[in-house]
Amino acid sequence: MEFIISKYNYWLYISLMMIGFYAMIGKKNLVKKLIGMNIFQTSIILYFISIGSKKGATIPIVAHGEPVLQASQYINPLPHVLMLTAIVVMVSTFGVALAILLLIHRRYHTLEEDEIIRLRR
Amino acid sequence: MTPSPFPILIIAVPLITAFLVIPLGWLKRSLCYPLMILSLSLSTLSALVILIHLLSDGTLHYRLGGWPPPWGIEYVIDHLNAFVALIVSVISLLIGISSKEMVQKDFPEKTVFFYSLFLLQVTGLLGIVVTGDLFNLYVFLEIASIAGYALIAIGEDGAPFASFNYMIYGTIGACFYLLGVGYLYIATGSLNMTDLTQLLPSLTSSKVVLLAFAFFVVGIAIKMALFPLHVWLPDAYTYAPSVVSSLVAPLTTKVGAYVLIRILLHLFPHSFFIETIPAALLLRWVAGIAVIFGCILALAQTDLKRMLGYVLIAEIGYIGLGIGLGNRNGLIGAILHILNDGLMMACLFLIVGAITFKGWPRKMNLLTGIHRKMPLTMATLVISGLSVIGIPPTCGFFSKWYLVLGAIDSKQWLSVAILLASSLFNAILFFRVIEKAYFEPARDEHESEDRSIEMDGVPFTILIPLFILTAGILSVGLLSGKIISGIIQHAIPAGF
Repeated sequence: MEFIISKYNYWLYISLMMIGFYAMIGKKNLVKKLIGMNIFQTSIILYFISIGSKKGATIPIVAHGEPVLQASQYINPLPHVLMLTAIVVMVSTFGVALAILLLIHRRYHTLEEDEIIRLRR
Repeated sequence: MTPSPFPILIIAVPLITAFLVIPLGWLKRSLCYPLMILSLSLSTLSALVILIHLLSDGTLHYRLGGWPPPWGIEYVIDHLNAFVALIVSVISLLIGISSKEMVQKDFPEKTVFFYSLFLLQVTGLLGIVVTGDLFNLYVFLEIASIAGYALIAIGEDGAPFASFNYMIYGTIGACFYLLGVGYLYIATGSLNMTDLTQLLPSLTSSKVVLLAFAFFVVGIAIKMALFPLHVWLPDAYTYAPSVVSSLVAPLTTKVGAYVLIRILLHLFPHSFFIETIPAALLLRWVAGIAVIFGCILALAQTDLKRMLGYVLIAEIGYIGLGIGLGNRNGLIGAILHILNDGLMMACLFLIVGAITFKGWPRKMNLLTGIHRKMPLTMATLVISGLSVIGIPPTCGFFSKWYLVLGAIDSKQWLSVAILLASSLFNAILFFRVIEKAYFEPARDEHESEDRSIEMDGVPFTILIPLFILTAGILSVGLLSGKIISGIIQHAIPAGF
């Protein structure tokens, strides 16, 4: 029990990831798949943010005249900075995906996967 | 000594040109193509200069912004990098040259954006190859993939849907890779590959590192379409425009194979791959099934391009098998096959492009009598087909030879049998195409009595890259001994 509670951030990210994964694989509607993809990616952002932060720690900035603390009293900014780049990547994936969905909708007038497969036969 | 600027030039040139092409397109559309060729040639030239520097001075390092590693991003060029970078830049230059007429014919109003996306795709692929930082690799992986999704979606009827499916799979792959990076960062606190190779050997018992390894393998296997995770490939590459599939098909999968070699064998310690978890065993089995599965499904296809898609799955299986054998000869075979398969697949997909450019259908049984109409293209088809089968003077023979030697060295008789059987399957596949093209009488022969031999009628921008690729297939075969002793010997990680 202690183990589960102390690592709650991992449980949270895994359950979010599985929700996204289910939507990507199980849903028939392409927009729902895309939303699942977004949840999947966001869960990974959450995971990276959570591994960088610490309880009771401060931001890694030393102001003029303030004493420098121990390294363990600062949070690790690197995973957060990595996620800025990852967010940009995910936004552009999302944009391209929406453009492709527009193309699909113009061509088949539907976004249901099984209908598209039937129409293409 | 100032560091050599070429490792950054190789990606900076196509990246900047990708953005310059669009404003230039507003001013003068006809200048876009020469600009693209210029930037791809510069990038090829820097890859060549890097290789020459490397052979004389050893590994090159380039620090972005001057920050010292492991904090700054560092580009490290060793033998494996330089080799793959040269393959990628040369093939993309050749396909770039051939794109002119095909793009004009298929989507004349979108040429400018096409060139921009094309250059972005090349930037992404080259970036994956030259970077020495795990997170930077993720970013380039996504640049290449996103440009690829957009390029594939331009194609014919099924293309947007296939591209969407590819995107779903590709995103899962990239996210798994990112998770692997995260777990490795938790365990070591570093993202620099050189730094990680020193940190990881003391951590082989850590479960976190184990998990990172698993995420890496699955994520990269999706990106390179290794057998059970290949589902997106045939549709995406069949419906993509010919010029796109001849760029994406040979290069994306090969760069994926490079990342697999880099991470599995260079990053993680030698014992980890073979003893700690039986990744080598797993990879060997999966790749063996991939070879057989790819060949059998290729036999079932009637569409030439889709057949090539399944042949590609089998070819990726060869590379996976070479890595999975985990010995010197197997790895030589795998790395040599990255070069050979890049050439063969670029050539074959370009041939399909040339055939459809002339208005022939892609259905194989409708290609009867084509050897009289397109004799030169069909000659290149025969040579590259023989290379896929693995007949001696062509390059395909030599990589298969090393793979078989590697399998014999580690006494994997089943792998030997699979490799030999796949040659037979490929022989059936390509002789079937050759029979249709050369020996069966044309459909309308009785009515028209048209037995005259015509020249191909394919523009020179397509024919010349095709000839260069074919000459490459033959000369790489003849020079494979030199390539192995000069480059590939040094590209194999220590301990093998």
